[in-house]
Amino acid sequence: MNHALILPILLPLLTGAGQLLFYQAPFPLQRLLGFASTAWLVLLGIWCLLVAGGGEHLIYHAGDWPAPFGIVLVLDRLSAVMLALTAVLGLCCLIYASGGTDQRGAHFHALFQFQLAGLNGAFLTGDLFNLFVFFEILLIASYALLLHGGGRARSRAGLHYVIINLAGSALFLIALGTLYGLTGTLNMADLALRVAEAPPEDAPLLAAASLILLVVFGIKAAILPLLFWLPRAYSAASAPVAALFAIMTKVGVYAILRVFLLVFALGESPVAATAWGWLWPLALLTLALGGVGVLGSDSLRTLTAYLVILSVGTLLATISLVTPAALGAALFYLIHSTGMAAVFFLLADLLGQQREEGYDRFSATGPIGHRWVLGTLFFIAGIAMAGLPPFSGFVSKAWILQASASQPQGLWLWGILLASALLVVIAISRTGSSWFWRPGEMARPYPLRPGLLTLVATMVGLNGALAAFGEPVMGYLELTAAQLLDPHAYIDAVLPDARAAGQEVSP
Amino acid sequence: MELLYAIMLGVLTSCGVYLLLRARTFTVILGLTLLSHAVNLYLFASGRLVAGAPAIVGLSERSADPLPQALVLTAIVIGFAMTAFVVVLALKAAVELRNDHVDGENPDEDRA
Repeated sequence: MNHALILPILLPLLTGAGQLLFYQAPFPLQRLLGFASTAWLVLLGIWCLLVAGGGEHLIYHAGDWPAPFGIVLVLDRLSAVMLALTAVLGLCCLIYASGGTDQRGAHFHALFQFQLAGLNGAFLTGDLFNLFVFFEILLIASYALLLHGGGRARSRAGLHYVIINLAGSALFLIALGTLYGLTGTLNMADLALRVAEAPPEDAPLLAAASLILLVVFGIKAAILPLLFWLPRAYSAASAPVAALFAIMTKVGVYAILRVFLLVFALGESPVAATAWGWLWPLALLTLALGGVGVLGSDSLRTLTAYLVILSVGTLLATISLVTPAALGAALFYLIHSTGMAAVFFLLADLLGQQREEGYDRFSATGPIGHRWVLGTLFFIAGIAMAGLPPFSGFVSKAWILQASASQPQGLWLWGILLASALLVVIAISRTGSSWFWRPGEMARPYPLRPGLLTLVATMVGLNGALAAFGEPVMGYLELTAAQLLDPHAYIDAVLPDARAAGQEVSP
Repeated sequence: MELLYAIMLGVLTSCGVYLLLRARTFTVILGLTLLSHAVNLYLFASGRLVAGAPAIVGLSERSADPLPQALVLTAIVIGFAMTAFVVVLALKAAVELRNDHVDGENPDEDRA
């Protein structure tokens, strides 16, 4: 058993606890600790990518209790991709926050580490109740991070965010109770076997439990009827926090993938079929609403929040095709959209600080300082966001379109995806022309922060690099999709004796 | 016993949902609390209701399922922490926004 597998959870948890205990220590030391922990997480993420790349599932039995009785952590390719993405995004956000945001309230660094611990735990765990616990850890850290810096808008948005997530937690527990009552287990691999063998009279209850889970993950991922908390919450959060929240909706998408491709995917008539049937139209509507919202928003941060919604719609619509090519394309788009949403939240702050009035609101028409430098950066980031070549947005969208072309219902996705991409291009070019082009040069611009500017430029560069090195990444993601669609490999890894026992009984 | 238990769960849940849909933060928090009580009891019942049996195998002929009890314990702790947080947040919002409407503004008062 390799103990390194629990480090992505333990390291930020212990760092955060230490930062809380020694909160009187000098601030630079706390910052350094946060950086050290997050940098280690990046290294661990790379290690996970390499280890999981071989295609084997790495299992960690917490407390050496054998599955399905104890809690297991499972590392497969999907978990590794999510861990690495979280770590890189976390490091970027932490660097940006060190530009001064982290001093506007108490305990920023400790909360940030707890958030990372919750995210990593959710990506690693192989137990549904444990997934609930890590969801709560990442949520309670996110509540406090959202309120970081104070202010009326944050209290207002925070209240909605907290209440809807508490209601979501209650629903999560109801679904878990139903599943446990029917099957007597909460280990995902064991649950998959039990659900497949469940008697037909249990099928309606299992379908109900699976749909309640879909609602819970839909709240996290922001699917259409459950997304109205998101624009206000994300646009009220401080820039680095909002950038980190770009991964939060993807936790919901990850959970949907994990649960509906593993737990409910087996058996002669899989329970997951109902959920995919619901997800497809809802995701398309989410995508369309995201496009309209992007065009109708009143500030760059709200626009970015709708871009997040748009990306969730695209992702889930592609995923609900459930083909290997579509899954690979969706994962590529997940990496691209998470990075670019974070870039835009940071960019909104960077540009807002340089504007004479109105921060990031579109109604203000005052001049902006350093308009050549910032304008160029915004132009390039806009191209990357809208999915035009040569950035990875183009690669991922082309792949998504290609993957959906072979499906009969793919035409819907083509139409809505391309239409909303057009709306994004219009919204971004309108922002660019009204901010950089129309008003003149500012007489006395505010000093530019070269460090933060370089960081955002680097993040856009990373997006370009993802496209340039697209082929190995696409290869990795294709293998990830293949692994996801083969739940038996996961089950065999977690429960090596289960299939042997089953074979003994069946004849 | 099962019937009584089920009726009680239903009453708790419906009261919780009704209060959750009110417009004032205090009633919403009460609703969340009732809902989490109902959920905790529901989780507890998922291991089947057994009267007078310990949650340890081998002490007596019958034994209760210990896992839901552990799950409920975790859920209670988390629910308690979350309720405490949302109470503080609601107070903070009420002070900063000068009213206790969940949207932070009262549509009727603003119109007047």
